[in-house]
Amino acid sequence: MGRRKGKERALQPSVGTNVPRTEGREKVTGEAKYIDDLTFPGMIHGRTVRSTIPRGKILSVTLDPAFDWSGFTVVDHRDVPPGGQNVVQMITDDQPFLAVDRVNHQEEPILLLAHADRSRLDAGCARVKITYAPEAPVLDLAHATHVLKQLTIEKGDLAAGFADADVIVEGTYQTGHQEQLYLEPNGAIALPGVDGDPAGITVYGSLQCPYYVVRALMRLFGLPIEKVRVVQSTTGGGFGGKEEYPSLLCGHAALLARKANRPVKMIYDRMEDLVATTKRHPSLVRHRTGVKRDGTITAIEIDLRLDGGAYLTLSPVVLSRASIHATGPYRTPHARIHGRAYLTHTPPNGAFRGFGAPQSQFAAELHMDKIAGELGLDPVALRRKNLLRPGDTTATGQLLEESVSAEEVLDRALARHEAALQRNNKSLRRSKAAGGSKARLHGTGLSMFFHGSGFTGGGEVKLASRAGLVLTRDGVEILVASTEIGQGTRTMLAQIVADALAIPYEWVATSDPDTARDPDSGPTVASRTCMIIGRILQRAGERLKEALGGYDSPKEFRRRARAHLDEKGPLTIIETYEKPGEIRWSDETYRGDAYGAYAWGCNIADVEVDPVTYEARCTRFTAVIDIGKAIHPLLAEGQIEGGTLQGIGWALYEDVVMKDGRMANGTLTNYIIPTTLDTPEIDVEIVENPYRHGPFGAKGVGECPIDGPPAAIVAAIRQACGVSLDRVPATPERIMIALDALEGGRR
Amino acid sequence: MRAAAETLEVLSPRTLKEALAMLRDAAAEGRPLTPLAGGTDLFVTLNAGTLQGRRFLDLWGLKELRGITKDGRGKQSALRFGALTTFTDCVRSSKVQKHLPILAAAASEVGGLQIQNRGTLGGNLGNASPAADSLPVLAVADTTLILASSDGERAIALGDFYTGYRASVRRPDELIVAIEVVVPKGRQVFRKVGTRAAQAISKVVMAAIGHRTAWGSVAPTVVRAHKLEAYLDGGGRDLAAAQQLLGDEIHPIDDIRSTAAYRLRVAKNLLAEVIPANR
Ligand SMILES: Cc1cc2nc3c(=O)[nH]c(=O)nc-3n(C[C@H](O)[C@H](O)[C@H](O)COP(=O)(O)OP(=O)(O)OC[C@H]3O[C@@H](n4cnc5c(N)ncnc54)[C@H](O)[C@@H]3O)c2cc1C
Repeated sequence: MGRRKGKERALQPSVGTNVPRTEGREKVTGEAKYIDDLTFPGMIHGRTVRSTIPRGKILSVTLDPAFDWSGFTVVDHRDVPPGGQNVVQMITDDQPFLAVDRVNHQEEPILLLAHADRSRLDAGCARVKITYAPEAPVLDLAHATHVLKQLTIEKGDLAAGFADADVIVEGTYQTGHQEQLYLEPNGAIALPGVDGDPAGITVYGSLQCPYYVVRALMRLFGLPIEKVRVVQSTTGGGFGGKEEYPSLLCGHAALLARKANRPVKMIYDRMEDLVATTKRHPSLVRHRTGVKRDGTITAIEIDLRLDGGAYLTLSPVVLSRASIHATGPYRTPHARIHGRAYLTHTPPNGAFRGFGAPQSQFAAELHMDKIAGELGLDPVALRRKNLLRPGDTTATGQLLEESVSAEEVLDRALARHEAALQRNNKSLRRSKAAGGSKARLHGTGLSMFFHGSGFTGGGEVKLASRAGLVLTRDGVEILVASTEIGQGTRTMLAQIVADALAIPYEWVATSDPDTARDPDSGPTVASRTCMIIGRILQRAGERLKEALGGYDSPKEFRRRARAHLDEKGPLTIIETYEKPGEIRWSDETYRGDAYGAYAWGCNIADVEVDPVTYEARCTRFTAVIDIGKAIHPLLAEGQIEGGTLQGIGWALYEDVVMKDGRMANGTLTNYIIPTTLDTPEIDVEIVENPYRHGPFGAKGVGECPIDGPPAAIVAAIRQACGVSLDRVPATPERIMIALDALEGGRR
Repeated sequence: MRAAAETLEVLSPRTLKEALAMLRDAAAEGRPLTPLAGGTDLFVTLNAGTLQGRRFLDLWGLKELRGITKDGRGKQSALRFGALTTFTDCVRSSKVQKHLPILAAAASEVGGLQIQNRGTLGGNLGNASPAADSLPVLAVADTTLILASSDGERAIALGDFYTGYRASVRRPDELIVAIEVVVPKGRQVFRKVGTRAAQAISKVVMAAIGHRTAWGSVAPTVVRAHKLEAYLDGGGRDLAAAQQLLGDEIHPIDDIRSTAAYRLRVAKNLLAEVIPANR
C-alpha cells in the first residue's frame, strides 16, 4: 500500500462519454466475422425454391428426372420430423416453414436444396418444376376484407366530444411498404448436433433475437431448449428485418443440415432478400377530429388499417403500437381508435424500426396540418395548444407525470432552426445565382412525435427478461442475449455496467450472444435494450458490488474480485426484469400505462422543389429528441441521424413497386434510398429529461427518430409549392399529379 | 452471384489485332465472345443471372483503345475517343471541358466515382441502354463510331448505329474502337433527371447544342428530335408548338422507375429551359 493517493487518478464515469466501441476495432480492421465469412468442415450450401404465384393450390412438385441429382439434399414439408411441427413459432400458428399443399404469397418457400457446389445448386433450382391451380389473390388494403387482428382504444365519450366541437375535420392518409435495407442480407449456418449430442441443432446467424430462433427450432424439431443452440454472428444491421424473419431462415438451414448431416450455409443475395423478406406494413388511416375555433381538440376518432401480408407474424403487436401512438403527442378528452390488420396475399410484413408508430403518426401529423389549414391557425400554435404535458392522460388513459418533453423539444427545435437560418442566410443567397433554371421553390415543415420505450403494455412482464454478470480476474463479463446489430448495444451496456460497478469501461467484457451461455434477455427491438436491459444490468452491477462487500476504488474491486474467485469460487449474478410498481395495464380493455416512458421529438425539414422536374430535395433537417440520457452521446446522435435519414428516404424516395403481389423493383438500382449526396445536413440536439426507472435516466432512442421526418417533409413540400400530399413517398411523379390537380382546381 | 464463376471463360488479348482475331475465330466457331470493357454493365447482369454469355474478351489492357485526341482545325476539328475512355477520363480532360463540356457534365453524373473510374464510352454505347447518359450527348453532336474487325474498319454515323431496343448494326466479330465527335458550335446544355443525386438511372436525360436536342429514357433508343430542330431552325419560337413536336417524336413508357406521363412532361419542361427565350 505504498502508493500515495494522488497517484491514482479518480475514476471518471463512462456513461455520458464517447468511449471507443467495444467491437469497433474488429469491424474497422475487417477481423469481424459476418455470417458469410464463417465456414465449417464439410459445409455445403442451401437454397430456397419459392412460389411464383401469389395464391393457389400446389398441384405438383417435380424434380426433373433428366437432371443429375446426385450430391443434392432435398427437403420439403415432409422432412419435418415426428414430434416437430411445420409452424414458425410466433404469435399464432399460421405460417409453415415450407408450403404443404398451397401457397399464400409470392416467394413463399416450398422446397429446399443443398449441394457442396454452388453452381450445381443454381442448376438444380432451375430444374424443379412446380405446377399450381391459381386462386384469385387479394393484393392490397383497398381490397382486403379478412381481418387478422383488431383492437379498440376508447377514452371518454366520443359523441360528447364531437358535440363540444365547433368544427369537425376529416382526412385520409396512406403509406406504402418500406424495406429495412440492412447492409448485410439475411443469412444463417446450421450445424447438426449440439455440443456433441447428435439429436440437437446449432445455428449461427445474422439476427436480432437469438431466443426467437431457439423457440422456433424447438417447435420445428420438438426439441427441449438444451438441445438447441443459437449464436449470433457479427450482424450488419437489422432495423427489424432480422427480428422474426431469421426464425424461418434458420429453420430452413437446420432442416437441410439435419437431413444432409453436414453444416449448411444459406445466404440470401440482395435480390432474394428484397423480394422475399418482410417490409414495413402499408397503412391506411382515417382521422375525424372535433376542434374548437381556438384549436382545442375535443375528440379524435381514428380508423387505422395495416396490411399484414399473408401471415400474422407480428402484425398484432405492430397494430397495437400503431394504435397507441395514433393520436400523436396530443391530448384529447375523448377518443376512439379502431385498429385492424388485414390479410393480403403478399409476403408477410414485419418488424421495422418504429413498428407501426411511424405510419400512424405520419397520419396524425398530416391531419394536424389539415386542421390548422381549415381553421386558419398557425400549425405550430395548434400543436402547442394541444401537446401532451405533465398531468395529461394519453388515449389509453395513461397519466403522464415524468419525463414529458413535448413542449421542450418544440421550443428547442424552433430555436435551433432559427439559428441555422441566420447562419445560412448569406450562403443561401449566393447559391441562387447558379444556372438559368427556374428558381427552386423553398418550404419548411414541422412535425412532432413521441415513442414508447420497451414492449407495449404487459409485454415486459411477460418477457421477464434476464441478464447478468460473471466476475472475472480482470473485471466482469456481461451475460446478455441483446444483440449488437450496429447500433452500439455492447458498448452502451458495458458503459452502464462499468459505472454501476465503478470500474473502468475497459474492464467490462462483452461478446455476441450465444444461447448456450447467455440468458434470455428478450428480443433486441422496441427501443428497449438500453432502458430495460440496461436497467437490469445496472441492478446486476449494484448487486455484484454488494456481493463483494463494497469497495472504494477500481483497484480495490480487482483485489476483492480475485480474492473472491480464489477463495469462494466463481460468481455469477443474473437479474430479472422488475416492473416499476406504479405501472398498470390491462390487455382486455387496452387501458393503462402503455409504456413506462416515452421519447419525445420534434423535426423541422427544409425542402426545395424543382418546378421543372418536380423533384423535392431535403436541404436541411433539424431533429430534437428527448431520450432521457445519452449513455454514449455519439452513438445516440448516430441513431438519430440514421433514423432521420431512413425517414427522409421513406418520405421522398423509397417506393416498393408491387406487381402481382411481388416486389417488382427488388434491386438496389430500382429501390431508391438516399445516397450521401442526397443527405442533408442533419442538425441533432439531444434533450435529457431523465426517467427514474431507466439506467442513469435513459429511455429508448432507436425508433423515435423515424416517426417524424415524413410528415415534416410533406408539410415542407406543401409550403414550397402548395400541394397537400396524403401519402409518401413524395416522388416527383406524385408531386406532378398533385400540382396538376391544384392548377386544375384553380382554373 | 447467380452465375457460377467456374463456368466463365475470359480471354485476355495483348493487342487489338489479337483481340480482333479472337473475336473472328470465336464467331466462326459459333462460340461468340462478349467484349468486356469496364464490366460495370456486364457484372450486374452476370450477378443477376440474366447474362447469356459465358465467354468474355477482356479489352481492359488494350492501349490502342485509350486516349482522347483532337484532330483537325476550325470547322473540321473533331475529338476522337478510344472506346475504353472512362467517364473519369472525360471529366478530367481539358479538351472535353473546352469543346464538349456536356460530355464532361454527363460523365460526372454517371453512377458514382467508382463507376466513373471503370465505366467506358464504348461500354455505354455497347450496352445500348435507352437510359445511357452519354448517348444524348453523342447523338446531339455529329458522332461517328469506328468499328473494327480483322477485315478492317468501317465508320458508322451514330444515327445509323442502333436498329431498335438494345440492337445495333455491330457484327459479333466487330469491336467499337473509337468514337469521333465533330467539335460543335452553339450553346451546350445537359440535364439528367434521376430523382436522386448519385447512382441514379435517368428517368429523362437530354442534351442540347443550339437547336439540336437528343433525349434518353423516352424511347427504345436515344432520340434526336429532328422535327423540332427543323422547326427551330426555320425560326419557329412558339413554345407550345415546340413542345408538341417533341411530344410527337418521343415515346416514353410506364415502368418500375417512372411513368410515361412524367417523362413526357419533364421532357417538355426541359425544352422550355433550353430553347431560345424569345417565345
Ligand atoms: C452502380 C452503377 C451505376 C451506373 N450508373 C450509370 C449512370 O448513371 N449512367 C449510365 O449511363 N450508366 C450507368 N451505369 C451503367 C454502366 O456503368 C455504363 O453503361 C458504362 O458505360 C458501361 O461501360 P463498361 O465499360 O463498364 O461496359 P461493360 O460492362 O464492360 O460492357 C457493356 C456492354 O458493352 C459491350 N462493349 C463494351 N465495350 C465494347 C466495345 N469496345 N465494343 C463493342 N462492345 C463493347 C459489352 O460487350 C457489353 O455488352 C451504371 C452501372 C452501375 C453498376
